[in-house]
Formats: sequence, structure tokens, C-alpha cells
Amino acid sequence: MVATLVRLRFLVLRNSLKRSTWQLVAVVIGAIYGLGILGLVVAALIGLGFAPVELASTALILGGSVLVVGWILVPLIAFGVEQTLEPARLVVFPLSMKQLLVGLTVTGILGVPGIVTSIAVLATFATWLREPLAAVAAVIGGAVGVLICVIGSRTVAALSTSLQSNRRFRELGGILIFIPLILLGPIITWVSQGVATSADALPQLARALSWSPLGAPWSVAADVAIGDWGPAAAKLGISLATVAVLVLIWRRSLAVALVTPPASSAKRVAKGKTGLFGILPATPAGAIAARCLTYWRRDPRYARQLIIVPLVPVFLAIYSGNMGSLVLLNLTGPLIAFVLALALYTDISYDGTAFATHLADGVRGIDDRLGRLWALSVIAVPVILLGTFIPVAITDSWASLPMLLGLAVAVYLTGLGVSAVSSSRIVIPVPQAGDNPFKSAPGAGFSTMLSGFATWGVTMALCLPAIVLAILSVVFDSVLYGWLTLAAGLVVGAIAFVIGLRMGAAQLDRRGPDLLARLKRMRSA
Amino acid sequence: MSDPTPPSASAPAPAPAPAVPAPAAHAPSDHPAMQLNRLSKRFGDKVAVDDLSLTVPVGSFYGMVGPNGAGKTTTLSMATGLLHPDAGQSLIHGVDLWAEPLKAKALIGNLSDGVKLFDRLTGEQLVTYNGLLFGLDRDEVAERVADLLKLLDLESAAGTLVVDYSAGMTKKIALACALVHAPRLLVLDEPFESVDPVSAANIRDILTGYVQNGGTVIVSSHVMDLVQRMCDHVAVVANGRVLVAGTVDEVRDGSTLEDRFVDLVGGRTHAEGPEWLRRS
Repeated sequence: MVATLVRLRFLVLRNSLKRSTWQLVAVVIGAIYGLGILGLVVAALIGLGFAPVELASTALILGGSVLVVGWILVPLIAFGVEQTLEPARLVVFPLSMKQLLVGLTVTGILGVPGIVTSIAVLATFATWLREPLAAVAAVIGGAVGVLICVIGSRTVAALSTSLQSNRRFRELGGILIFIPLILLGPIITWVSQGVATSADALPQLARALSWSPLGAPWSVAADVAIGDWGPAAAKLGISLATVAVLVLIWRRSLAVALVTPPASSAKRVAKGKTGLFGILPATPAGAIAARCLTYWRRDPRYARQLIIVPLVPVFLAIYSGNMGSLVLLNLTGPLIAFVLALALYTDISYDGTAFATHLADGVRGIDDRLGRLWALSVIAVPVILLGTFIPVAITDSWASLPMLLGLAVAVYLTGLGVSAVSSSRIVIPVPQAGDNPFKSAPGAGFSTMLSGFATWGVTMALCLPAIVLAILSVVFDSVLYGWLTLAAGLVVGAIAFVIGLRMGAAQLDRRGPDLLARLKRMRSA
Repeated sequence: MSDPTPPSASAPAPAPAPAVPAPAAHAPSDHPAMQLNRLSKRFGDKVAVDDLSLTVPVGSFYGMVGPNGAGKTTTLSMATGLLHPDAGQSLIHGVDLWAEPLKAKALIGNLSDGVKLFDRLTGEQLVTYNGLLFGLDRDEVAERVADLLKLLDLESAAGTLVVDYSAGMTKKIALACALVHAPRLLVLDEPFESVDPVSAANIRDILTGYVQNGGTVIVSSHVMDLVQRMCDHVAVVANGRVLVAGTVDEVRDGSTLEDRFVDLVGGRTHAEGPEWLRRS
């Protein structure tokens, strides 16, 4: 049965690649990139075999801990949890919970990230080759470590699903609860950086981590190498206990998720209450803006894009702290502008086939574009302004304000222009409305990343004049260049915005039906 | 699926029904309501629609029937501007849809099968949204939305999110969306699928009234009996072609529509299924 599940997973992958050449290209590029990194890591691990034991164990424990954190957090922030074999779809088959858990774990290990991780972990065998017993311990500890990674990420996925099926968490709240979880990483880094103010403290940090679930599996071999049998056994115990606890939580939340279908929100308003439709102008663009804003509020897939907003100042504050001054914090506004302007680079994907409404109702491309950007701006502009003014007030650097505003304006308007074009062209597989917003749609990963980076790159390139002026104003400490940045930002941004809007609108008028055809294909994917 | 409001079957018979929406007044013209000229579409190796031509006269209640995969949805999608045809033309009251899409689409009320609605809106919001997209002003939209919700017996569900509607209620709200701008031509792809009998009868009355007021309706359906009773014209489509088209009486030719359909399309088998299935 487990073998059948594994075969099914690869069959789904193969068939979804067959449907789209671009996705295949993206996967090949991703594979080459991944193989390159894997090669480097394996080489480094072999190289560590010739380094002092202290250094090797410190590097392994720190690296391993980052790996575990990455496995658990990256899906939440970036790609969504890969769920080709969604437990909910398997529920109609007579599978015992045990078979289901084993099957999902094995398919998780045999996915691309799982294989890469396993190979890297096997390479630690080479690191400890000088102490054959330690080398064996490295493989055993490493295997448990891989299990922690895979099961940990599945547990988080199941948890987010079962939270989803709880009505209270379905809307914005479901997203907000993940903010502290995501912040956990930076906070740990922050705290540990306080401890480890210099490189000398890294071994200490590693030693501390080696007693935590994050580092324990990777430190078994290190203890064996120096003959500390007691701690080695203890750490193996900690690792196994971690796996056991994770399985327990996973099993519980999966059991809940499987018998609790996403609850209907059963939200009702009185008749005659059309909400934002009664407030925004009664034009096609106004109606689209009202619809989008309603979705920003009701559909967690949109809210998910806002998670990043509170994270920007936190990350910047952490890095500023490292540099000993709060200057970086000033970049909050422009960075939020960048992230939010491009949040909708593939907006129509989120509509899904409901986009047919716009086609059937004869909506002009320009109204479609304007409505969506309007809705985004209602949210983004106040946030960006706050993100620009508050840090300047905190750091009392009012002289930089024109420069920062210029950057924010340039980035935001250009980003809107670029999104207007890209979202009339690119549709990517996204979770359907009502799905777990953290789920990655089948076969999304690499192609999503690729098109995302492309739009980021184009936006950056178009903003270059403003960015260069901003850098000059910092380098020469010049207020004049700051004002020039503001002027350039307004001009460049306005031009990019208008051109982008027109290109996007024309494209949508011409190719709208083709977009719908692709959305339909994707939905059945 | 949960059904937050009682199905309309249990509701008391509606008191004087609101007026059936009439198509917008227009100058008479001699163009057919819809004329499809040699439409073709292929998906990869599969020819979905093969050189299909069809004329739908103004004021007709036109049924389009055909087996699964016959190309009905593909044809109607190309006819209404949702799918680019590989070749061919769709004229809506003489307006070439693919040349002047906005002008032609304003004439059509479209209920398409296999696409979703913006279902995180309430029913009332969704119909309002469609009205505003067609450029109606706010007061007019509000009035029409109220009429349509009443007409389709959806008043009690007006404030419920469409995602929480049952399948039949979803069809009805989609029909309201198609009617809100008083189109001259209604194109309905499978409008009766999963609709309860009472609602189906109500919808049929609405459509009949709409035709009597000068509008034109095209419905696709699997249900021969319904088409035979409801429509005055019918086209039988299979393998992307029109096998026969004309008035219902012409097409059924003395027999029932269902028998004629099976004769034309073929594929009827009398097998009892595999032996292992009969044992259980």
C-alpha cells in the first residue's frame, strides 16, 4: 500500500510535468540549481573530515539546526506545503492511519527536497570517516534528523489544515496565528546572536542547540567521536523522542482534519447590505475594487500576502541591531512598497475560473486593471506611508525622508505597472479559494519562484534611476540627491505605471479568453 | 452539502410573482439572435468543435442537446466570447463577437458551466457586482437585484456567501447574474443541473416569459424530455458537429426526442455490466 502511494505521487508529478513544458523547464533549472548546491554541500562535508573535531561538530550542528528550521518554516512562508497526496483525498480508501502516516512520510522523503537532504546527510558519513564508529552514528543520527525534518513539515501542514477547519481560524485569524511562528526564527537568531556576539561563541551556541530537538540528531556523531557515550545516547534519545512527539501531534491533527470538513462560515448579513459595493463608485472599476477588497478581507489567500508586512521592520531591526545603528530600519517603507506592489503579480490566478465573469460581462481590460490596483492601494498606501514615516521618526533622520519617499513611490508605482502586465499574462497554479492558503498547488514550486523572481527583477531594473540617486544621496550625505530621488521616483514611477497599465489592459483585452482556458486546465490539474 | 436555508420546495407558493424580466427594448432587425459560422476548435489532437454552423432565430427557445463531450460547452464558450475559436465567426444580433466583443457581450446573458463564481461574495453582492460590471447605475442595479432575488426565491439567502449555497441555489444565482442587464439573448449552459424540480419549473416559467417578451434563449441540456417540452427549436450535436437542427417537431419527426436522439447519436448498449458487478 505504501508503495502504491509512492508510485501515485511520482505519477502525479510526471503527468503534471507532461502537461506544461514551461513547468518542466522550470523543474530542470531548479534541479540543476539544486544539484549545484548539493555538490557544494557534499564537498564541504567531505572537507570537514580534515578539520578539527570541534569545528566539524559545530558546523554540523548549526547547519543541521538551520536545515530543520528551514524544512518547517520555508513551506509556510514561501511555497506552501507540498501536498500532492492530500490526506483529505485519500480518506475514501480503506487505509489505516498507520499506513497513511508511513506512506506520507516515505513520499515526503522521496520528494526532491527529501532526496537532496538525505544525500547531504549521508555525506556526513565522510565527515566522520576518521572515527568509524562516529561515522556509523552520523548515519543513524542523520536518518532520525531527516525524519524530524519531513515529519515536522507534515505536522505543520496538518496543523494548519486542522486550524483551517475551525471556523474561527478560517479568515484573517488563521493567518495571524502564523506570524509569531514565523517570527520564531528571527527571534531565536536574535537571542542567540546576543549570546554569540563573536565567532568564538558559535561552539557554545552549537553546544546549547545540540540539546534541543533542532540540533540533537546532528550531534550524536560528534559526541561519539570524542568518546562521550553518555551524551551521545541522551541526544539520540532526544531525537527519537522528538520524532515520537511529532508523530503523535501529526496523527492527532490529521485525525481531526480528516473527519472535519472545512466548516461553512455560515456568515450572513441582512438583505440589502452590499458592503463595499454600496460605498465605492458604481462603475465597473469601482465594482472590481469593491470585490477585490471584499476578497482581501474574506479570503485568507490574500491575507497571506500581508504576513510579510510586520516581518519587514522586524527583520530590518534585527539586522540594524547587528550593525549597531538603526539606519536600515528606515528602509521599511520602500521594502513594504516593493513586496506589496508585487503581491498581485499573478492576481488572476487567484480568481480561478471565476475570471470568466469578467470575460462574459464584457469588462474592459483597463477597468479590470484599475479596479485591482485600486483595491491594493487602499491597503498598501497607508501601510507604506506609516512604514516610511514611523522609522524616520524613531531614528530622527528627517533629512532622509525625501529620499525614502522617492524610493517608496518609485518602487510602488513601478511595481504596480509591472504587476498590471504580468498578471494579464502569467497564471500559476495557486490554492483554490477555500483551500488551505499554505498549501502549494500541485507542481507550483519552481515555476512560481521563477515568474516571481522575473517580476521582481524587472521592477528593480526599472527603478534603477531612483535607486542610484538614493545610493548617491546616502554616499554623499546629500539632501539634494534625496530630493532628486523623490523627483525621479515620481517621474519614473508614473511612466512605468501608465505604460504598464496600458500594456496590461491591451493584453487582457486580447488574450483574456486564453487566460481563462489556462485557468480551466490548471483547475483540473 | 449543507443547505443553510430551506429549499424553495418547502416555501409557500409565491404570491403574485414579480414581473418576468423583459429584454431591453430594441429596434427590430432581420439579423438572427445568434449565428455561428463554421466554428472550429481543437485541443491538441482532439477536435472538439468541427466546422459547426448554427442559426438561432430571434424569439426562439432553442435547445442544444448532445452526449457528454459532444462539444456543447466548447461551442457556447466560443459563441459568447469565453474561448478563442481556431476558426469561424459568432454573430450576435448581427454583431461580430470576436471583432466587437464589448458590444456583442452587452447583448448576451451568459450562464456557463464548469466555471466558478466569485463565491466569497453574498448572493446579493454577486448579482450587484455583475450589474455594475455591465455599467448599470447603482439605483437601477439595486432595484433589479431585489426583483431577481424575489423572482428566483433567493431572498432569504441574499446575505449568505455564495460558497455556502447548495448546487441548485448556485445555478439560480448564476441565472440572476445573467439576467441583471436585461440581455436580448440568454445563453445557458446546463441551467437545470442539480436544480430541484420546483425551482426548475420556476426557472422554466421565467425563461418562457422572457421569450414571450421578445427575448431569445439557448439552453444546453442532457435532459431530452425537458427540452422537448420547453423548447421550440432544437439542435442535436455530437462529435463537434450539428447532426440535425430545426423546430422540435421537425427534429423529432413523429417519434420522441429521446428516441430520435439515440437513433442519431448511437452508442446505446444493452449490456448488464460485468459479471462481478451483478453478484453484489
